[in-house]
Amino acid sequence: MLNGTEDEEKWLAEGIAGIQHNAFYMHRALDSNNLREALKYSAQMLSELRTSKLSPHKYYELYMRAFDELKRLELFFKDDSKHGVSVVDLYELVQHAGNILPRLYLLCTVGSIYIKSKEAPAKEVLKDLVEMCRGVQHPIRGLFLRSYLAQISRDKLPDIGSEYEGDADTVMDAVDFVLQNFTEMNKLWVRMQHQGPGGVREKREKERSELQDLVGKNLHVLSQIEGVDLEMYKETVLPRVLEQVVNCKDDLAQYYLMDCIIQVFPDEYHLQTLETLLGACPQLQPTVDVKTVLSRLMDRLSNYAASSTDVLPEFLQVEAFSKLSNAIGKVIEAQLDMPAVGAITLYVSLLTFTLRVHPDRLDHVDQVLGACVKKLSNIPKLEDSRAMKQVVALLSAPLEKYNDIVTALTLSNYPRVMDHLDIGTNKLMAMVIIQSIMKNNSCISTADKVEVLFELIKGLIKDIDGADVDELDEEDFKEEQNSVARLIHMLYNDEPEEMLKIICIVRKHTMVGGPKRLPFTVSSLVFSALRLLRQLQGQEGDIVGEEASMTPNKIFQLLTQIIESLSAVPSPELALRLYLQCAEAANGCDIEHVAYEFFTQAFLLYEEEIADSKAQVTAIHLIIGTLQRMNVFGVENRDTLTHKATGYSARLLKKADQCRAVYACSHLFWVDDQDGIKDGERVLLCLKRALRIANAAQQMANVARGSGGPVSLFVEILNKYIYFFEKGNKQITSSAIQGLIELINTEMQSDSTNPDSVADAFLASTLRYIQFQKQKGGVMGEKFESIKL
Amino acid sequence: MNYLVGAFKPPCNIFISFADGRSRKQVPLKKENGKTVMVALFQSQESIVGEVVIEPVHRKKVEHNGVKIELLGQIELYFDRGNFYDFTSLVRELDIPGELYERKTYPFEFSTVEMPYESYNGVNVRLRYILKVTISRNYVGNIVEYQEFVVRNYTPPPSINNIIKMEVGIEDCLHIEFEYSKSKYHLKDVIIGKIYFLLVRIKLKNMDLEIRRRESTGSGPNTYVETETLAKFELMDGAPVRGESIPIRLFLSPYELTPTYQNINNKFSVKYYLNLVLVDEEDRRYFKQQEITMYRLLETS
Repeated sequence: MLNGTEDEEKWLAEGIAGIQHNAFYMHRALDSNNLREALKYSAQMLSELRTSKLSPHKYYELYMRAFDELKRLELFFKDDSKHGVSVVDLYELVQHAGNILPRLYLLCTVGSIYIKSKEAPAKEVLKDLVEMCRGVQHPIRGLFLRSYLAQISRDKLPDIGSEYEGDADTVMDAVDFVLQNFTEMNKLWVRMQHQGPGGVREKREKERSELQDLVGKNLHVLSQIEGVDLEMYKETVLPRVLEQVVNCKDDLAQYYLMDCIIQVFPDEYHLQTLETLLGACPQLQPTVDVKTVLSRLMDRLSNYAASSTDVLPEFLQVEAFSKLSNAIGKVIEAQLDMPAVGAITLYVSLLTFTLRVHPDRLDHVDQVLGACVKKLSNIPKLEDSRAMKQVVALLSAPLEKYNDIVTALTLSNYPRVMDHLDIGTNKLMAMVIIQSIMKNNSCISTADKVEVLFELIKGLIKDIDGADVDELDEEDFKEEQNSVARLIHMLYNDEPEEMLKIICIVRKHTMVGGPKRLPFTVSSLVFSALRLLRQLQGQEGDIVGEEASMTPNKIFQLLTQIIESLSAVPSPELALRLYLQCAEAANGCDIEHVAYEFFTQAFLLYEEEIADSKAQVTAIHLIIGTLQRMNVFGVENRDTLTHKATGYSARLLKKADQCRAVYACSHLFWVDDQDGIKDGERVLLCLKRALRIANAAQQMANVARGSGGPVSLFVEILNKYIYFFEKGNKQITSSAIQGLIELINTEMQSDSTNPDSVADAFLASTLRYIQFQKQKGGVMGEKFESIKL
Repeated sequence: MNYLVGAFKPPCNIFISFADGRSRKQVPLKKENGKTVMVALFQSQESIVGEVVIEPVHRKKVEHNGVKIELLGQIELYFDRGNFYDFTSLVRELDIPGELYERKTYPFEFSTVEMPYESYNGVNVRLRYILKVTISRNYVGNIVEYQEFVVRNYTPPPSINNIIKMEVGIEDCLHIEFEYSKSKYHLKDVIIGKIYFLLVRIKLKNMDLEIRRRESTGSGPNTYVETETLAKFELMDGAPVRGESIPIRLFLSPYELTPTYQNINNKFSVKYYLNLVLVDEEDRRYFKQQEITMYRLLETS
């Protein structure tokens, strides 16, 4: 047994040699029209097929050789001018062979000619052949023999419209013949499992699956018979095939044949015989992979339904859904040990089916999901990853179909299915949902739906007990949370009342997200609320007083609470930005004390939480920027705030930062609006202070490094000067600008060791600007005229 | 050598021919030396008519004590070689004693000869019919010439021809039921039947149907029985399961069969059996033998 394959090769080679040897003599006999010799050598040649030593694969090779030779022999038999024997006599003559296998191969060969000659009714010959073939009970040899019979008889069946159809020969005979051959072949095939050389089970199953197509071929032939119409299929073909399938009690055969039936016969037949076909499923062996069979069936029917809308009424008429649904229920009930993945796969197929066939029947979808929940609830914990995948597929299907999460949200069983996912998968599914929303740009517009939606994606919203936090991948997490943040923007309703509800719900859900999630979600939420605020303002005219519950004040309170939650994170930078945003919104709403409050909060954060100097720089610029745009404040408040801001600016760590912050503060005193504050003196004060700081920075640099400091600071300040000069600040004079230019030039020259090309270019373009303004003439030109370069 | 051969050569040639020799059917007959020759075919109650031509060699004078022709039916038992039992012996005198100078033709006729037994060439026994021409001579040996011919007798189809059907088996091991459509077959018949497997607990390899001929010769303690298998016809390849039914269709024409002979002249009998043989994977054989009756049907063609 060690070199089994080697031996097999040898045996095959011997067999082929035997065939070739005898075929040679057979050809000689054929050429000399010697019938007796031809029969003798063909029988000897066919005797090579009697071997038991070859695996199906190798035997097939041998069979094909013999098959080719038989075709030549058939041509010879056909021409009775060559051998002078009538086909009837020939039919007897070949039966004189002593060995059964050669005898039957020859009989089939002559039989096909016999039918062709029409000297006997086709059905008689066919019946005789299929009966005589019973003599070969060896599985492999029998299968090949009968496969040969099927092959040569294919074009000679008395089908409707065929030349062999006659009074005596009806399509029924053709069907009977094929069915009988099929039954016998299947029996042989099943028997292989229990007979034959004692081998390993896997090996035997492998060998059998190599032969399956020989058996399936018969079903294919049946499907090709024109005369098999729906009626006949329903009354005869299907029941008999199924009877054989069920009775053979062999899992391999049952699986293969069920699949075969589904694949070879037309969809409309399946639809009309659904009950019969499905009725067979619970009768199959428990080890049969019924789920795949049913899935395939449903896939086919789905595709059929999708192919044309004309067929949909048929589906309704036969109540395809309820039949399938029942069948699946029965199968799952019957196969207790079916793994969860199997059951869920079935549900996925059913769902796909109903989505394709009855897209309008949401109740069907919900029903499927409900059944799935029922199944899942019997399983303590779903740990099979494949099952998980199937659940995801199950949940994704409606999303894909309807392109609209809103529809899915109306399915009461949807969240219940999601509950059965493990945490990772749950998140995955939540992501799928969010992506679906994003992709389709669908807007969730009622509070109820939002509630459901957040229930669905709660895996992303908060930590679920038992989740292993360490496992989380930072990138994935960010991705997830960004998605949630994007999602929040999709929740929108034109009706402020409803929108407020939505925001409250979102807030309720996101607030439990914990410190890691809040930074992502809070900003979205804040902006969402701010949008509501703007919305409210837009409508203010119409609804004044009517909705006392909906005041900007209330929203601001809400906002404050939301932002405050960030303190737990803590994420002061973000909170600061959000406060500033709110302040600006309050500004828009013209509510001074609220705006002031927000600024206070921002300043507090700056003072207490923001310690990093870089963050401080950013923060101070933000504060200045926002403050600059505020017009709601009265003088007192504004002074307080600007004073604070300038104070912070001057206390920054690095001189350069100080300088920049200070000159930025100058804008706080010069708002380029109609009724904006225009305090030229304080602007100049700021700029001078900035210059001082720049000077100091320069000196410090000289002392510390022996080289020139940042000349660019001066250029920047120069630009500020020019800005205010242009804007008409009387305190900024052309001479001051000129002085500054000279100062810069001096600095540049002294700092020849370390030329700063950026600063040079900056200065050059600034000077060019002045030149340009001069040349332009007009009021501005005159103003600039006094600056000498 | 030629001289020597010539010296012992009979002084005349004798030719025996049948009157309807050209139209009469010829059948092959195996001679003792293994060669096959074609000889005339007769049946019982036929008249055997013909002529004998005697032609002296080299125009020599042949003296004789008379010429006669005999029709002999003989049974020859091989263990008793040399002993012929003539069950039929008819004589016609063709010529009175005298001298032959030239070619002479003698017509002869045996009318409506009773030839109850068929020619038969078996293992231990031979039954043959011959025409024997004897030229009796004094002092030197008689000149003898033989002409064999074959007799076949035809029987009408039997009025009663039951099917053979039987259930056999080994307990808890193998139970089969077999069925042959008839118990009596003519020589060109077809055996139709089936074998139905009621119980199979052994691993069968194949199943053959054999046709066996049992020839018994002699009688009493000196009975010799010889059995030959004339046909071995594979019915089934592989192992069947319970409930399988295997068809039988065996054409008898290719085999050299004879009718069943029952106690021919108290010398021998020839019987035919169908032997169903099942072989299992360890090459053990299980078989069941059934006698069948063979008969010769007049061929219409």
